[in-house]
Amino acid sequence: MDALNLDPAPVFALVGTPNSGKTAMFNALTGSRQKVANYPGVTVERKSGPLRLPSGAVGRVVDLPGTYSLRARSPDEEVTRDAVLGRLAGEARPDFLICVADATNLRLALRLVIELKTTGRPLMLVLNMIDIARRRGIEIDVERLAAELGIAVMTAAAARRVGIAELTDALDDWRKAAPEGSTPSWQAPKVRDVRAAQREADRLIALAVTKPAPPDTLTARLDAVLLHPVAGLLCLLALLFVMFQAVFTWAQPAMDLLAAAFDLIGTVLAQILPAGFLLSFLQDGVIAGVGSVIVFLPQILILFLFILLLEDSGYMARAAFLMDRIMGGAGLHGRAFIPLLSSFACAIPGIMATRVIDNPKDRLTTILVAPLMTCSARIPVYTLIISAFIPHRQVFGFASLQGVVMFGLYAAGILSALGVSFLAKLFFWRENPTPIFMLELPDYKLPRLRSVGIGLFTRAKIFLKRAGTTIFSMMVLIWFLASFPAPPAGATGPAIGYSFAAMIGHALEHVLWPIGFNWQMSVALVPGMAAREVAVASLGTVYSIEGGKAAAAEIGQALAHQWSLATALSFLVWYIFAPQCASTLAVIRRETGSSKWMAVSFAYMIVLAYSASFVTYNAAVALGAGG
Amino acid sequence: MSIAACPPLLGSEALPGEEALPSSAIPLGSAPRGYRGRITGIVGGAHLSDLSEDELELRLLEFGMTEGAVVEILHEGAFGRDPIAVRVGGMTIALRRREAMTVLVTAC
Repeated sequence: MDALNLDPAPVFALVGTPNSGKTAMFNALTGSRQKVANYPGVTVERKSGPLRLPSGAVGRVVDLPGTYSLRARSPDEEVTRDAVLGRLAGEARPDFLICVADATNLRLALRLVIELKTTGRPLMLVLNMIDIARRRGIEIDVERLAAELGIAVMTAAAARRVGIAELTDALDDWRKAAPEGSTPSWQAPKVRDVRAAQREADRLIALAVTKPAPPDTLTARLDAVLLHPVAGLLCLLALLFVMFQAVFTWAQPAMDLLAAAFDLIGTVLAQILPAGFLLSFLQDGVIAGVGSVIVFLPQILILFLFILLLEDSGYMARAAFLMDRIMGGAGLHGRAFIPLLSSFACAIPGIMATRVIDNPKDRLTTILVAPLMTCSARIPVYTLIISAFIPHRQVFGFASLQGVVMFGLYAAGILSALGVSFLAKLFFWRENPTPIFMLELPDYKLPRLRSVGIGLFTRAKIFLKRAGTTIFSMMVLIWFLASFPAPPAGATGPAIGYSFAAMIGHALEHVLWPIGFNWQMSVALVPGMAAREVAVASLGTVYSIEGGKAAAAEIGQALAHQWSLATALSFLVWYIFAPQCASTLAVIRRETGSSKWMAVSFAYMIVLAYSASFVTYNAAVALGAGG
Repeated sequence: MSIAACPPLLGSEALPGEEALPSSAIPLGSAPRGYRGRITGIVGGAHLSDLSEDELELRLLEFGMTEGAVVEILHEGAFGRDPIAVRVGGMTIALRRREAMTVLVTAC
């Protein structure tokens, strides 16, 4: 650090249209030292990182969300506008604006530059992806453009780190010149202004760009298949199939390894610590609880690997295009497709992925139905109950009955999610007509290993940080409920039977008996709030079976003796709908910015779960499965 | 319909006034796949979506759908031939036919 430099670090803000390669530019400038956090009060990701300038001075780069205009249309774009204008609470006004533009597609970027110029802030234009433009025969007269715009114009190919040294040199000179700029002023452009700005941008293109961009031939050829009404949908289905397979099979070895590691830590702890509350806290609270969530890290990383590859390559917008009509029938936005798909792994990354939906109501609907998708944490519960109660026999000559039941549980989740969003549309947001669907289909690009790597790394960090904070505190609370008060001396039953959890369970039984749940099941639901699959271990605990997950087969046998088929089916149905996941609820609160929507999703899911289980239980009893 | 007959105009050419629309203009939203034409204006759009008429026009303009720009329908969805993917001014935009009905075009 330059000890003599007492000035606060100059702040450079990257502004640009979506798909301009802004993130690649950000990565090239800051490397992996970037910090991802949320802007206060909103769920927009704030990315910033240090920038070491050639003179030794250190600046800061902020990557603002992509936008076509300062006329903000989504929470992300509001952040960009407010940051540029210095209106964002707790955020220093950027000293310099760097507008990143895709050199192959200058029309909209130049209009944005013209709008940015009206703010009076120091501004520079970087023509990114200049290598691709040159290869496609697009010649840009940079000096002419700079003279016409009255601002510095640089060229770069950020993904290949071409032109970055020149750019940092220029930024250094810029910083030394320290242009003051005026206090930002900006008025939302009217239709007439936008039209005039676009004319001006088109005039500049006619002057400075020798040849209009020919369409990218590779993109045209790929889209001929990938956007074909039939072949396109088939390709999407095939892709989804591969994605699912990958999430479930590739992740397994890593998950087993993690689970074994946590088991080992637990065993070692049990050997070095005396039995008592500390050991119980570490073993049952910290390791079993947080460990059971961290085990899903491989699945989440593989899922995000796919999402990042699809986003970086430009396919994601195509998936939204293909699914728009299908999703639209259920009142969902085409862009809701990927978040809902992600929710099959875990609702948490799914809900986080809803940020790509710009309409707040669409985004809210997607967040509310995402937990209905069968997440991977339900799988241990489903497998346990199915293998214990559903006979192992063939149906329809080729399928196993157990497989059919499993498929049915998945289908029930999907159909109910579509149904709920349809009803939400019908009853709550009827006065709101269909939200608009309009998005750019960018040219395909080969994803860059480096940017995908950085993306994965930041996802892993965010997930682990949450596991260490929100989820950890939930686990501690649940462990506390399940461990205190301690059983009296000479007690015979399992310790959990004397705890607050048991009291809650007994109280719940009064409410849950109509759906066939006994008090032991009601007790298991309490720790099951930590994470759905924890219910398996807690059922083991209440039925006094030692050994946690390893004893799953034993638990199954015990349940088969204790429960009727009707009760088992009711329990399965409960798990399709019930909001049995405290972390999901916490994420809903964070992403919607209010406890209200957390309460709404909890309430509707509880009502749905209770009614569905009630119907299932009573129908099964009526059919003679209650014995 | 040859490409030469319909050069990719970028706005510097003579443009029709907003009021005086050629009578041959049709809504882009009703055009078939492969249609190629020039934008002559953006009209209407109230109560079409959750956006006001002005806001919808602004969104279309911000995606480069200005008068004089050449548009071509490249792709359409499987159900109801909706949405459509439109080539305009060097980029491809996906939108629904319903909103595209406000964009008036003349074939060229």
